[in-house]
Amino acid sequence: MTDHESTLTTRHGDLLPDWVVADSRPGYEGVIVPVSRLIEFAFLLRDKLGYDLLSSVTGVDYLPDGKMEVVYHALQTIGGAPFVFKVQVPREDPIVPSVVPVWPGADFQEREAWDLLGIRFEGHPDLRRILMWEGFEGHPLRKDWKEPYYEEDAKPYKSRWPEGHVRRAEDVAPLHDNVQYPPGFDPESWTPDGDEALYRGLRKYLEDSGSELKTDRLIVNLGPQHPSTHGVFRMVVVLDGETIVDLKPVFGYLHRNHEKIGERCTWIQNMPFTDRLDYISSMSNNFGYALAVEKLMGIKPPERAEYIRVMMAELTRIVSHLVAVGFLLNDLGAFFTPVLYALEERELILDIFEAVSGSRMMCNYFRFGGVARDLPEGVLERVRDLVENRLPRKIDEIDRYLTKNEIVRTRCEGVGVLTAERAIALSATGPVLRASGVPYDLRRADPYSIYDRFEFDVAVRYHGDIYDRYLIRLDEIRQSIRILKQVLRDIPEGPVISGKPQWQVRVPTGESYGRVEGPKGELGFYVVSNGKPNPWRYHVRAPSFINLHTLAEMARGGKVADVVVILGSIDIVLGEVDR
Amino acid sequence: MNPIETLDSPGYDIPPEMRGQVNITTIDRIYNWSRKNSLWPMMFGLACCAIEMICTAASRYDFSRFGMEVMRPSPRQADVMIVSGTVTKKMVPQIVRLYNQMPEPKYVVAMGACASGGGPFKEGYNVVSGIDKFLPVDVYIPGCPPTPQALLHGLMTLQKKVEKESIKTSRWYSRRPVPPIPVPVLGPDLMSPAKFEEIREYTRKLAEEQAQGVEGDQSTQDAGQGGAA
Ligand code: SF4
Repeated sequence: MTDHESTLTTRHGDLLPDWVVADSRPGYEGVIVPVSRLIEFAFLLRDKLGYDLLSSVTGVDYLPDGKMEVVYHALQTIGGAPFVFKVQVPREDPIVPSVVPVWPGADFQEREAWDLLGIRFEGHPDLRRILMWEGFEGHPLRKDWKEPYYEEDAKPYKSRWPEGHVRRAEDVAPLHDNVQYPPGFDPESWTPDGDEALYRGLRKYLEDSGSELKTDRLIVNLGPQHPSTHGVFRMVVVLDGETIVDLKPVFGYLHRNHEKIGERCTWIQNMPFTDRLDYISSMSNNFGYALAVEKLMGIKPPERAEYIRVMMAELTRIVSHLVAVGFLLNDLGAFFTPVLYALEERELILDIFEAVSGSRMMCNYFRFGGVARDLPEGVLERVRDLVENRLPRKIDEIDRYLTKNEIVRTRCEGVGVLTAERAIALSATGPVLRASGVPYDLRRADPYSIYDRFEFDVAVRYHGDIYDRYLIRLDEIRQSIRILKQVLRDIPEGPVISGKPQWQVRVPTGESYGRVEGPKGELGFYVVSNGKPNPWRYHVRAPSFINLHTLAEMARGGKVADVVVILGSIDIVLGEVDR
Repeated sequence: MNPIETLDSPGYDIPPEMRGQVNITTIDRIYNWSRKNSLWPMMFGLACCAIEMICTAASRYDFSRFGMEVMRPSPRQADVMIVSGTVTKKMVPQIVRLYNQMPEPKYVVAMGACASGGGPFKEGYNVVSGIDKFLPVDVYIPGCPPTPQALLHGLMTLQKKVEKESIKTSRWYSRRPVPPIPVPVLGPDLMSPAKFEEIREYTRKLAEEQAQGVEGDQSTQDAGQGGAA
């Protein structure tokens, strides 16, 4: 535990009631709250201590102790480290009161914990499965749940290492496929749920339309295959004419079981999987995971590596924001042309990624304690050329083409408004939060790596509409360019990894939460180690997943054509939303 | 190659003054030639690979150079389904339905490791081990993600395949209609309707084993799942 964190627990020591106890397990931080007083504590934390944004909620299955733990990370939007608190309940039939009444932004994360871990949140307004479908057998992240292709609890599997036999999972699984069924199950007698629970929640709107005109209300599905849902995202919308009455997002069409796989993999094996979370910004995903594990291991990368990391993270931010702006315009109807401008610049940055890491998209470049290899010759010059000459010019160009465009302005200004209070309540982070007038940027609010050395402004806009969410991305690109110039000025020579590169790292027991300001918002990795070569728990706090809370809020009362643009302005990537 | 050369069936005398204006060819050839140069992919992306697919459509690689730029969001207007990414159990019913909605002749390209065989996520409980478990795949493209060049190469391979088809033998033109692919069902796990018999057999055995050997037959317990809270 670093000094910083140990003061954290005691920071509010005198303000905390005596029925909460500090988490005294070695390597753990925060406090443990009795489950019966969780809500009381949550109100206290929010109203008295100013932790207004609930960043992350997740569960951990401590199978050997027979306990299920729910871990909360709460933030102050004025900055500072997160406050960690936990509740513990028995593993069998765990029931925890829902904190949605306190922080509405806990909604999806509690549903996720119910879906994957079977923790029931009492008082949750809509506790349904979220990533898997209703009717799926079991709660997959529980430690005693095994997938059909189960081999062993932890990698490297004996069948593959050190001998290395090729064994197709299909040949071993009883049904020769990735499926399993409960004993005695008869497929003929099965009636699929057909999203009954989902529609039940929406039917109440169908009854009265309340308008003077005789209008019918309709339930319409957009997606999962829809050209403007940015992948396999689905929204169920209740329409009154063209006006949106309510909207429910449906997730899970790209649920790739990151966390279950991550708990089987060794620490370092997870690095390439993080690339595939938000696949547009793989470098900053690497960053967050590396920080989380380094915090546990107590190591720091050498200077040069820090600079390289910042450089890659900022280049990634530029890529991601460019793509976001391009696709936003796509959603507005400027079909594909602005994207082509964005992708042109992206290609040049991808060339740099390819030069340093060997891959355009899935970089897998960060290591614990540094980066995989030094910059090859000529890369710095290329970055310099981009940053000094080309990118500023191109951003101005995009700005010139789009910002004053009449159609862009009419469709974006004042549409999909999100107030600062609601943004905070719904746990939005990143550009979505900042465009609503809350200048919360982790690089300033709780600086990690070497961000405290750079001069840059936290971009902030105040209207909270689509237009501001578009403008703030341009602002942030400009700030990133500013940071990059300083990186290029100051980057020292030297080693790029501390110690020897290891294929198997030793991670001491404990928990850690590493977070970075990713292009989409606060990207957090919550990891728990029990000293073994694999993480006991590996959880991703995915910003675009949590930012989606705001979608219904922004869309209600708007037109159906706008919902597509609103979604575009949140900027989601399904790999991260569904994980 | 000059399209005229690929089209011409030699062996017929064309008067010299008509050469370059008149071609004699077979129906198969002219038909395949026009089809292969206007493959319309369906605009649908599943995961990371879709981003590389978009890059392939963008200015640097630009697959319109090969006659396949008209991406259609509607399956009714598409010829090729590029399965660009991880196929999950939750998504596969929709993919099969989309495939069924495409008019014939239709082709499937499995882009990337995930679509070809499950890829890095194969062991995941919500991941289908390759789209070929459900749809007939014409071209597999390796890579994670395949580079745009690889995708281009894959699509050109598909063009070559189209070129070799014959109206006489291809299944699209046989008398019997090609039946639609049964849409899988989401039960306690993904269920393919063709396998109901097999599933019933398996679960019956499981139940029997469970009834007999409560004394601790490990394999039964493994397969039968703990953790169902
Ligand atoms: S093959 Fe790789 S890049 Fe493509 S969808 Fe799968 S994980 Fe993503």
